[in-house]
This record gives sequence, structure tokens and C-alpha cells, in this order.
Amino acid sequence: MDPLLQILKERGRLSSGELAQLTGKTEKEVEKALRQYEADRVILGYQAILDSDKTGHGGVRAVIEVKITPEREGGFDRIAARVARYPEVVSCQLMSGGYDLLIVVEGPDLKRVAGFVSEKLSTIQGVISTATHFQLKTYKEAGVLFLQDDKAERLSVSP
Amino acid sequence: MKKADDFLAEHVKGIPRSGIRDFFEIVQKRGDVISLGIGEPDVSAPWAVREAAIYSLEHGRTGYTSNSGTLKLRNEISAYIEKIFGQRYIPESEILVTVGVSEAIDLALRAVLNPGETVLYHEPCYVSYAPSITLAHGRGKAIRTKAEDGFRLDAKAVAEAAEGAKVLLLNFPTNPTGAVLRGRELDALAKVCVEKNLLVISDEIYAELSYEGAHESIVTRPGMRERTILLHGLSKAFAMTGFRIGYACAPAPLIEAMMKIHQYAILCASTLSQEAAVEALRGAEGTTHEARESYRIRRDFLRRKLEEAGLKPTNPAGAFYLFVDVRSTGLTSREFALQLLEEEKVAVVPGEAFGPGGEGFVRCSYSTALDRIEVAAERISRFVKKLRQGQPQLAAAR
Repeated sequence: MDPLLQILKERGRLSSGELAQLTGKTEKEVEKALRQYEADRVILGYQAILDSDKTGHGGVRAVIEVKITPEREGGFDRIAARVARYPEVVSCQLMSGGYDLLIVVEGPDLKRVAGFVSEKLSTIQGVISTATHFQLKTYKEAGVLFLQDDKAERLSVSP
Repeated sequence: MKKADDFLAEHVKGIPRSGIRDFFEIVQKRGDVISLGIGEPDVSAPWAVREAAIYSLEHGRTGYTSNSGTLKLRNEISAYIEKIFGQRYIPESEILVTVGVSEAIDLALRAVLNPGETVLYHEPCYVSYAPSITLAHGRGKAIRTKAEDGFRLDAKAVAEAAEGAKVLLLNFPTNPTGAVLRGRELDALAKVCVEKNLLVISDEIYAELSYEGAHESIVTRPGMRERTILLHGLSKAFAMTGFRIGYACAPAPLIEAMMKIHQYAILCASTLSQEAAVEALRGAEGTTHEARESYRIRRDFLRRKLEEAGLKPTNPAGAFYLFVDVRSTGLTSREFALQLLEEEKVAVVPGEAFGPGGEGFVRCSYSTALDRIEVAAERISRFVKKLRQGQPQLAAAR
């Protein structure tokens, strides 16, 4: 993988100047490469990972297993896209196994999330059933651990 | 009545205190230091490895293992070595699991040396080689490698020094210089070893951290397998330094001799660590590739920044150290390291700790996290700039 992407994957907040320093390119070259990656949709976005317990704007999150009927043309794609376009849906994936779509839904409170499931999701044509699991606590997200390891004692100088 | 000192063996008394230990104590006294002085990865072992250790404890695997190490681990080692070194060793008779490569070096030297026999080693080198030779009652003979050759070992220099020597101790990729031996240089060296009938003890602990093409081991060269004790371990590539697992691979009679010492002195490596090592080797491919690519980014960054600051770092093809020429500052390596620590709170290791050939250099480890390296590089640049402003004649000499 391009070192530029490798660095960005871990530290998305770096400026072009800092990225240039780290990769040995000029700032202009970095910006050009980034624009190209964005245009090619290799880079799809840049986000902060927040601990919503601490921001105080947590709301409610639910993981929903959805069974749908595949269509003659297009299989699962059309219904999946229809579900995914709702802003309440944070992620949407086609799965193997006992159900078809695994979606994560976010809302300000339980009532709104429940309302989304019963009024919008379940009523989409082709949706056969849903099973909703409300999230209780986050331990890890997007590769980031929410619990902190104890700082390991390490010698400051060693052979 | 005798003083406590009088009880000490002469050859132990003669070994000087480790330069690294001295420097460590100075660094310890200062808080808030960014350390480029560490000789280990700055991350914990992969979670799967730690989890395997916990599992082994949960299941009560707390007894001794076979002196040689569990057969399960030796099987994994055999498969792993065949894959990355291209040489097959029989798990039952040609592999010995040790407490780190450090123990394996000690065993190898003690198993083959009669008192007074000569061991050649290249220098600057890892701090334990010369003392380990002395402790095994051998006579160490250093071959100086030079910055202008990228600190690689020249076969001719070995041939010239080989008269009367029994053993050649090698460490490529090298701590502290990052030097690597490959292709024809390795062919030539192997030829000299066969001609001069040298036994080679080859510490290849940094094998996975080779940045310019796959690692090459001297053991793959014609005539070398029967005269080489290959040493490797899990500390560096798998960030498992504290687990203390190393191993030796060699023809059965050599392993058997090392085993004689190991079984009485150590008995066996930690059972828990052996279980963890099995897990590490099974998941090896992903772990080592990821680590190497991450080190490569840090190496390229730090080298560029130090060059911009007007210093001359080596271009290391392996390990995770830059050996940096600081002679243009007019300071000795120790003065440079001490003043840098004092003024900018960055710790690097004075090159003299790795033998007289290291004077004029400092070792900067890039196994520290990238954001820390960024800050350290910034501070080193500022430090060098200040030095040059204070010493205009040096700035002019650059």
C-alpha cells in the first residue's frame, strides 16, 4: 500500500504539510495524490472516532438483522441501497448466514430508533423480517479500543 | 580476611561495565524524555500471542517442558526457518529453544571454545558479544567495519584476521548499524569461512526486518550448513522481548553439546512463553509484514530529517536503527548524546557503547511511534542548529 494511505489510515488528521514531511514528497505532490485518491473514491472520507459517552450526545444505537427477498434482476442490491440511503443508517452490509443485511442505526432515543424500524425499514417492499439489538456499551470501534491498556513499563535505553 | 572483591574471578573482573547501562541510569534520572534509545519494539506483543499465553495459564500448563523446548514449538520453528531462511532443520535433533538469543550465544560459545581460542567478530556490534566471548574463556578479535562500506563485513578482512581463529560471530542485519550482507558479499564470506575452516555463529535476530529484498542467511551458502550455528528468536519481529524466546539451529552434535550446558544451567525456557511463541509463528506472515512496512516509513522519515539537519545517518537495509555520524558537530558521541539529553530531552545511545569503532556515531532507534519520532527529529534538528551557530568554524567546515 502507498505509505501515504498507510499513514492516513492511522492518523487521518495530518495536514498535507505533515504528510509531505513523513513521506518525503512535496506538499503539492501530496495534495495532488490526495485529490486523485478522493476522485477515484479510494479515500471515501475522513472522520473522528468519538466516545459518545463522553461527548454527551450519544443517543441510541441498534444493530438490526434484516431478511429481504432477492429480486430477479439485481439480487439484493436495490433493496440494500434503498435501506442504506436513510441517514439513520450508519452502516449496511450484505451478510452470509441466517439473515441478509446487517445494518447499524443511530437515533437520539429509543423511541425514534424503534419508530424507524417499524415505520420505515419494515415497510420497505421486499423486507421480510427484522431483529433489532440495542447496543449497551462500546469496547472497540473502527479498530480503536475504548479501554486503555496500562502503560507498559519499558526501559528508556536498552541494548 | 578476604574482601568481597577478592573472591571474584579475574576474567569477570576484567569486563567493563556496559556503556548502555551507564547511559540508561543517566536517562532514568530525567523525566519526560523521548527515547530513541530503545532496542526493542515500542508496542506490546500481538494480542493473539498474549491471549495464547493466558490460555496456557488457564489450562494449567505450568510445568517444565522438554529441555529442548516443546516439540510443538520446535516443529513450528522448523517450518518457519525453512520458509524464511530456506534451510531445513530436524525438530527432534537440530533445534534447541533457549531463553532469548542471548542465552543461545552463550551456549554456542561455551560449547565450542577451549580456553584461549579465538573468536572473530565484526565491530561496532551488539554489546554482549565481546563479554560473552570472555566469559566463555575465549579470546575476542574484533574486525572493524567502516561507515564508508556501510558497515558491511568484507570477506578479505576476515581472511586476513582468520589465522588461528576458530569461530566467526556474525550479526546481519546488524545492531547498531542496520548493515545487511547479501548476494556476492555473502558468497565471498562463506568461501573464506570454508577455506579457513571457521565455525560460524550467526545471530540473525533481525532477519524479518530487511527492507531491500528478502533476508539472506549465510547458512544457505555451499559448505555452510555443517559449520553454522544459526540463532534466531521472536523478540524483534513479534515484539516479544519480555517472553524471552530464542532458538539455535545447527547440526545435531553441536545442538547436543549446547544442550548439555542448557539442561544444567536453565533446564528449559518458560512454558508459558513457548506456548505464546507457537501462536506467534502460526500467525507470522501478517505480523512481520505489517511491522516491516511500518518501520520502513519511520526509517525513511527519520533519516531524511537527520540529513536535513546536516548529520550523516547510515542507510540501513535492516533492523530498526540508524547509526548516525555526528563527527561534523565537533563532539564525541558521548558528549553529543549527553548534551542532546540535557538540552532537548531526547535519548540516543552513544556509539562507543558498541565498541571503539562506534565512536563518532550515535544509535537512533526508530522502533518508537511515528508521532514521537517526529518530535524527536524536530528537537535534534534544533540542537544541531544551535551547536553550529555556537561554532561557526564547524558550520563553515560542513
